[in-house]
Amino acid sequence: MSVTTHSMSPQRRRFLIDTARMAGGCAVAGSALAYLARDARALPAEALRPPGALDEEAFLSACIRCGLCVRDCPYGTLSLADLGEDGPATGTPYFTARDVPCEMCDDIPCVAACPTGALDPALDDIDDAKMGTAVLVDQENCLNFLGLRCDVCYRVCPVIDKAITLEASHNPRSGHHALFAPTVHADHCTGCGVCEKSCVLPEAAIKVLPARLARGSSADHYRKGWEEKDAKGAPLVEGIIDLPDRLPGPGTDNLATPGGFEPAFKLPGASQ
Amino acid sequence: MSARTHLAVGQEAIEAKGWYGAHRYLILRRASQVFFLLLFLLGPWFGIWWVTGNLAGSRSFDLLPLTDPLILLQSVVAGHLPGLTALIGAAIVVAAYALIGGRVYCSWVCPINPVTDAAHWLHDKLGLPKGWQPKRATRYWILGTVLAVSALTGTIAWELLNPITMLHRGLVFGMGFAWALVAAVFLFDLVVSRRGWCGHLCPVSAFYGLLGVKSLLRVSAVNRAACDDCMDCFAVCPENQVISPALRGKPGQSPVILSPDCTNCGRCIDVCSVDVFAFTHRFDTRVTETPAAGRTEQTAA
Ligand code: SF4
Ligand code: SF4
Ligand code: SF4
Ligand code: SF4
Repeated sequence: MSVTTHSMSPQRRRFLIDTARMAGGCAVAGSALAYLARDARALPAEALRPPGALDEEAFLSACIRCGLCVRDCPYGTLSLADLGEDGPATGTPYFTARDVPCEMCDDIPCVAACPTGALDPALDDIDDAKMGTAVLVDQENCLNFLGLRCDVCYRVCPVIDKAITLEASHNPRSGHHALFAPTVHADHCTGCGVCEKSCVLPEAAIKVLPARLARGSSADHYRKGWEEKDAKGAPLVEGIIDLPDRLPGPGTDNLATPGGFEPAFKLPGASQ
Repeated sequence: MSARTHLAVGQEAIEAKGWYGAHRYLILRRASQVFFLLLFLLGPWFGIWWVTGNLAGSRSFDLLPLTDPLILLQSVVAGHLPGLTALIGAAIVVAAYALIGGRVYCSWVCPINPVTDAAHWLHDKLGLPKGWQPKRATRYWILGTVLAVSALTGTIAWELLNPITMLHRGLVFGMGFAWALVAAVFLFDLVVSRRGWCGHLCPVSAFYGLLGVKSLLRVSAVNRAACDDCMDCFAVCPENQVISPALRGKPGQSPVILSPDCTNCGRCIDVCSVDVFAFTHRFDTRVTETPAAGRTEQTAA
């Protein structure tokens, strides 16, 4: 090191020092900026991207924050994130379902407006949009789960009977009513948020969440035996010994059925 | 020196050419800044959607796309292949500024320019020291850093900080805390570093400077023989290192200000009482020989 400094002209020395100093400064500033960029990746769960938005990482490399999608949305659904708001990356478009949901326009004007492809132009059928997935997050407050016929989220769904159905089951509380559980089918749900917007509760019991929060995933090697059997048209393993079924009745542990033993005593107040 | 040295900057020009004559390009420039801002505000304010979007990307008359080329460049290095509309929009912008001078963007369009100009005006009024003066080349380093960070993080990195688009988006779409960033730039130029932001740090200025390296429209010190050394042009020029080579050029050297740092603001034209400067094209190397108005005669007068 010191050997080279001998022969170095003052200008060259000065130049190298300046360059090193500049590079050092830029490395520091660059790291700070990179930190900010990483931070900006955290998209809050209630902020939904417009239809066709690339997945979040790709989206942040693609969206120039021009707001053309915002302007062309006829329902005023979208807005650009403000600086300082604890929300999506500054200036990027998003919507909050409970405020204004996406009305799933047939001609998808937001996607048509996007000049960069941050909203994928390949999305030509709004039913294929994946803005998120609705989840009935609160079965304890959902009116349908309490046994009432609210049905609002089901009725308003633009993809009714595919994205959301009412699954009837026995109401164990009353004992002789049905319970119609609003049930979302993720394959068809676009995440438009109309259900969340319309839920009559003060705080919606059904919410659209980003897929990363809404969905689990099945392991690659899992197989559903019944599907495999149907596909094969025969049992998967031949020659399984069929053990006798244990029917309820005398001699079994199922004592309350006809022919079983009555309990020796009953708790006072117990039904029947 | 003569008594004239004590005159305030630009006073001489006002006496020689009248107030309007000495502020012509300044007024035009402010008008242009207001005009471009108003184009974007017509929609949200008056429902006239001639221009939709913001400086990052826009659509005019449902036809003409414009895209900020630096933002798109960051998008490309971040790994996205932008749609055709955005590419065409950027190509139009690049072509326009490559022709009329890259930094014409800075002085005639950019909404931060009035902010830093105001800071400089106040800075002068208060007679503050020039403060920290990083090298002019710092902005090129920052530009390089911004592109590197975009590539490494896969984001459009400068848009997380860019006060230009923040302010513009703020005005057109809703402000949030963008004003804080603008205030920071103002204060930085006022108390930390004279002409610090646009002239030394802003990577957008560096980018547009590079865009206009070979631009056609240029200011030339055509009449440099008439210069009386009042130094007013140096006082008003935001990039005054660009003037000397042209103004003080030896006979035979081009009088054209060729540095890409020149913002084509035309303030030097305004402020010169003997009309040394004029807009022309880069190949126009004519110099007027006016021996009568030579340096020595003027000073003696
Ligand atoms: S599909 Fe329609 S309602 Fe939904 S965000 Fe796009 S433009 Fe707005
Ligand atoms: S139109 Fe596209 S690039 Fe512009 S803000 Fe919307 S998503 Fe981003
Ligand atoms: S978000 Fe709700 S309303 Fe929209 S498709 Fe999914 S279930 Fe239907
Ligand atoms: S040389 Fe003249 S036109 Fe160029 S930046 Fe300076 S004052 Fe403006």
